[in-house]
Amino acid sequence: MRTISIGSRPPAVVALGRRDRARHVRDLRTALPFMLPGFALVLVFVIYPLLRGLQMSLYHWNLMVPAQSQFVGPDNFVRALTQDPVFWTAVRNTVLYAIITVPAQMALGLGAALLLNAAIRGRAFFRALFYLPVVTSWLVVSYVFAYLFSDGPGPVNNLLVNTLHILPAPIDWVHDSLASAEVPINLLGIWKGIGWNMVIFLAALQSIPGELVEAASVDGAGAWHRFRRITLPLLRPAVIFVSIMLLIGAFNVFISVYLLTGGGPEGSTEVWLSYMWNQAFSYLDFGYGTAIGLLMGVAVITIGFLQRRALRGSVEY
Amino acid sequence: MVGVRQFAARAQAASTRGRTGPRWVRLLLYGTLIGGALVMTLPFLYMLSTSINPNRWTMPDPPTLWPANPTFDNYVRAWGEAGFQQYVINSLIVSGVTLVLTFWVATTSAYAFARLRFPAKDKIFTFYLVTMMIPGMIALLPEFQVMHDFGLVNSWLGLWVIYVSGSVAFNTFLLRGFFEQLPRDLEDATLIDGGGRWTVFFRVLLPLSKPALATLGVFTFLGSWDDFWWARMLLQNNDIRTLPIGIQLFFNAHGTQWSTVFAATTIAVVPELILFILLQRYFVSGMYAGSIRG
Repeated sequence: MRTISIGSRPPAVVALGRRDRARHVRDLRTALPFMLPGFALVLVFVIYPLLRGLQMSLYHWNLMVPAQSQFVGPDNFVRALTQDPVFWTAVRNTVLYAIITVPAQMALGLGAALLLNAAIRGRAFFRALFYLPVVTSWLVVSYVFAYLFSDGPGPVNNLLVNTLHILPAPIDWVHDSLASAEVPINLLGIWKGIGWNMVIFLAALQSIPGELVEAASVDGAGAWHRFRRITLPLLRPAVIFVSIMLLIGAFNVFISVYLLTGGGPEGSTEVWLSYMWNQAFSYLDFGYGTAIGLLMGVAVITIGFLQRRALRGSVEY
Repeated sequence: MVGVRQFAARAQAASTRGRTGPRWVRLLLYGTLIGGALVMTLPFLYMLSTSINPNRWTMPDPPTLWPANPTFDNYVRAWGEAGFQQYVINSLIVSGVTLVLTFWVATTSAYAFARLRFPAKDKIFTFYLVTMMIPGMIALLPEFQVMHDFGLVNSWLGLWVIYVSGSVAFNTFLLRGFFEQLPRDLEDATLIDGGGRWTVFFRVLLPLSKPALATLGVFTFLGSWDDFWWARMLLQNNDIRTLPIGIQLFFNAHGTQWSTVFAATTIAVVPELILFILLQRYFVSGMYAGSIRG
């Protein structure tokens, strides 16, 4: 083979080609020890499981003896999309959680960032306090909210019944009804995310040139006008970034639901991932659970794509 | 990443600019900030006050932020609870080893993509970016099956493999951006002096990357310290379980003994708080790296 290819090409090109190849080999030999550990891990433990998941979702899957799994084709997907009302309850709750918590986190985070941007003293101190819930584990804060919203003399019940007299009697928040259980779940999501939003927005605010705002001020623009016409448009890249990240985050809501309500009462507070988990570990239906997980992947990627397209366009200043 | 330095300069300018309005505006401003900070910290204050409540069987009625006769008995009880100390030690080992392995894989990988030549480099990098868009949780069940396939269930090795492989793409992306910003002169000089790529990597690049590595370290440590789902699925023997699972078992066993539960969660939160207080600026710089890309 080699002699043929050499004979069919001008000698100079061959020499160059061979030197090229030798350089390639040398480059690769230098680079492999650096890039291979990461690349191999990604292939084996990120990509391969996704492919395995595609396979599992087409079976009535047997975890212990995969070979005994029963091929069912698209049945798992058909079941979720057309025959399983609880799946749609989980989807609805997840979407509601995103609709409630994403704008609320962004608005409150931006508000906190604007306050901190204006405040001169104690900025680092307040920023640390607002950021505290972000660094605390979901497990711990879920239990703290379970306590705050506990039945009987819990702090929230006490506040609403005895102090503010809004409620006639204490509520068993996480067990009473869908509506009451959604309150701690969504409030926890908002409370835990404000600090993250604040830090991003504060960074973005501080990167806005002060001259712009001052110029508008000199031109007689009021505070609201300056915010609406100058600050907000310049925050656009941060808003896009934050909204994309938060939406993905909202779809990943899981641990708080799992620990606060366990999906109950009667599956009414189930979210996408808790339903996936329960299918696998409560009903040992790994094929169906995997299909539910993959459907969420499709939803998240589609929404992220649409969001990016809708919000495209950058700001120059 | 280009924006970060500009940002720092502007932040400086903004803070010295001194925008102080009339007195009532400042009062309103600080009043709102203090009120907000109170709401943000109130849940933690309840956790702390409950953890020093001497009455372990009943909730204080009405709830109070400062219990009568505060005590540390609950901490002593939680700490002495069967297995608790083991869980803390296990979590420290798991998180510590995760940190070392992640550093190794992430820095070498990022160096390759920032400075070295190899076939299909750009394609592989794009491929990493694409995998970052897939939420990790959707493959939870198939990954569990893969762990079964490889016999990694019920072992810390399984956890390490999951934690490290799941963060390769993002860490490569993050560190590559940082490495590319560093001046090449020093590296070139080392290479001309006869140093190999590894010398450059260990002697020049890593020492210059301390801020980025601190950021990476903070997030890596917290990620494995907090991980609940993988630890929950993979670790089935009590002697290898980590702290989050320990706390869940603890809660299931003593559900309504809030004072003991919150003593345990407070112990679990302490390392996070220490990290956060010591390395606050790295938390913040890590977020900027993700948010402002010039």
